[in-house]
Amino acid sequence: MAFAAFSHDKPAKDSFAQRKSGRIVLALLLPGLIYLALFFITPLISLVITSLQSPDPSGAIGIYINDVNFANYATVAIDYLPQIMRSFGYAFAATVFALLISYPVAYLIGVKLRSRPLLQRLMLTLVIAPFFISFLLRTIAWKQLLSDDSGFVGLLHTIGVLAPDQYFLGTDAAVIFGLTYNFIPFMTLPLFTNLERLDVRLIEAGSDLYANPRHIFTKITLPLSMPGIISGTLLTFIPIAGDYVNASRDFLGSSKTSMIGTMVEADYLQNLNYPSASAMSVLLMGVILALVTLYVRRSGTEDLL
Amino acid sequence: MAENTKVAGADLELIDVRKDFPGFTALDDMDLHIPAGQFFALLGPSGCGKTTTLRIVAGLETPTQGQVLIGGKDVTSSKPHERPVNTVFQSYALFPHMTVLENIEFGLRQRKIADYQKLAKDALSLVELSHLGQRRPQQLSGGQQQRVALARALVNRPSLLLLDEPLGALDLKLRRQMQIELKAIQLEVGLTFLHVTHDQEEAMDMADIVAVMNKGRIEQMGAPEVLYDRPKTAFVSKFLGQSNLFIGDVINKSASAISIEVGGNKVTVDKKRAEKHTGKIAIGVRPEKVDFHESKPRLSAEHIVIGTGEIIDIRFTGVSNQYLIDIPNVGEVTVFAQNIGKSPETQLGAKVWVSWKIEHSYGLADLPDGTEEV
Repeated sequence: MAFAAFSHDKPAKDSFAQRKSGRIVLALLLPGLIYLALFFITPLISLVITSLQSPDPSGAIGIYINDVNFANYATVAIDYLPQIMRSFGYAFAATVFALLISYPVAYLIGVKLRSRPLLQRLMLTLVIAPFFISFLLRTIAWKQLLSDDSGFVGLLHTIGVLAPDQYFLGTDAAVIFGLTYNFIPFMTLPLFTNLERLDVRLIEAGSDLYANPRHIFTKITLPLSMPGIISGTLLTFIPIAGDYVNASRDFLGSSKTSMIGTMVEADYLQNLNYPSASAMSVLLMGVILALVTLYVRRSGTEDLL
Repeated sequence: MAENTKVAGADLELIDVRKDFPGFTALDDMDLHIPAGQFFALLGPSGCGKTTTLRIVAGLETPTQGQVLIGGKDVTSSKPHERPVNTVFQSYALFPHMTVLENIEFGLRQRKIADYQKLAKDALSLVELSHLGQRRPQQLSGGQQQRVALARALVNRPSLLLLDEPLGALDLKLRRQMQIELKAIQLEVGLTFLHVTHDQEEAMDMADIVAVMNKGRIEQMGAPEVLYDRPKTAFVSKFLGQSNLFIGDVINKSASAISIEVGGNKVTVDKKRAEKHTGKIAIGVRPEKVDFHESKPRLSAEHIVIGTGEIIDIRFTGVSNQYLIDIPNVGEVTVFAQNIGKSPETQLGAKVWVSWKIEHSYGLADLPDGTEEV
């Protein structure tokens, strides 16, 4: 009888415990869910609604009525095609440069300095250190350093890279430089986390199996660090494509270097064309989503991620 | 395989090799010659320098001084990928981003060998894993991974195959099976094998020559039977099998034998089986060579008899019983007696005499650690 009582009692207790723990989980998740609903889902819906609005019949500037006006998308896609192409071009170039610069740094810190933990931590701090200062200030500082009467531009004139009437600020190169500089830590850190865990015994096995240093890199180190490369490139490419600071004429760019972000900012804050700005934002989001999906599929690293 | 069969094993020579790490010396002026085609085992406890030796041969570690010669060619300054050597690593170090077959093909493709696909498949069937070629290494069991690692090294037909405790992670049954397979493969392909292990049974079972290492030096080297029968140092005597050691001053020397006095008993060793002939020395005998008797035995002069002692422990191990006998003023003596119906039916606490033939005694060059030299 006692056993029967037990066996009856137990499942009831279990499901009670389950219900209780289920409530605790829900309670813990609630702040996050509310946050997402308030600050992500709501603005997203609002953004999509705004992107489909039409101008107010009265013709008043900055007043729009709810509508299903897909023409907004067609208009921005045609009018801002150069900016769209430029955004992804810049993002691609800056991501590639950031990867080329970050990989050796991350390898040095994550693999070569394993035996020197103090130096390893110091180097890592140096990578993160720029974050201690606002990136706006740092970009302004670069504007000074690269200004038309700076030593750098003087040097470019002297060695003939730039013609006497050409300057560096406001060029594609200046914007790509700024983007690369500002987003490098987002590339270095995921690469470091990956390379820190690289099993050097596999490298030894590779050299034991007749692979020279170049082949060890291409056949072993690089494929094994693909997860780090993927997360690093995503963490740089996505924000760079939407960046509006570096390319702005107040910083390193000019009217010839405007990106999508620049146009969104102008439409929203200056032209008060909210539907156009919203449509462009949704478009940017869609293109990035498509590119990223394609990229992750193509790189075939799902099982390593 | 025509191209590969002509690559027979090469001999390995280490001349005066030394390796210093910050704070300690891993290898202390080591000289070693392994003839081509031999199965050679480096045996020792962890930290004795055996893995360092292996890594120096593979080129993964640079010696502080000395030379490494493979097939007569000085490779001391060659990079690992330039050496005709392959290693089966203790951790297997299989590439996780490649299939089993790609792992095995790796070395062949690096050397641009045309029919790498066929050779790799042959190697995979040699280790009986043909059906798993398309799997990833992490999907295999430990034993299967070990065989893949072996195939990945063997497929290159290196002049010298290095085995870094490759059987360490396997369970006993699989380990015995792999030992037999490895030995068979070595005989079949005729390569020189350098096997590093801390498992004395494995070393004795597989190797033609065993070198026992301790503290960065080779203590003794020879065929397993010789090492077991005549260990020259206390370390070898204890590390390779079990032994009973008796320590005492030399009291009697004849033309052919020397005797020491141990707690009022005389222990004798043939002069040609003793390393040291004067002063305080250690004489040993293997437990299975020792008999015990419940009454004082009447034996010829070719025997040593010590007694009486008391049986303080009996262990049944299946094929044999292990008796621990405490003899006053002498110490504890271990005796192995085969369970073939002849061993005395003896109880714990019985008073016994132990005996063995003088020809089974061996004299050591040193004394066990912790023994004071007087």
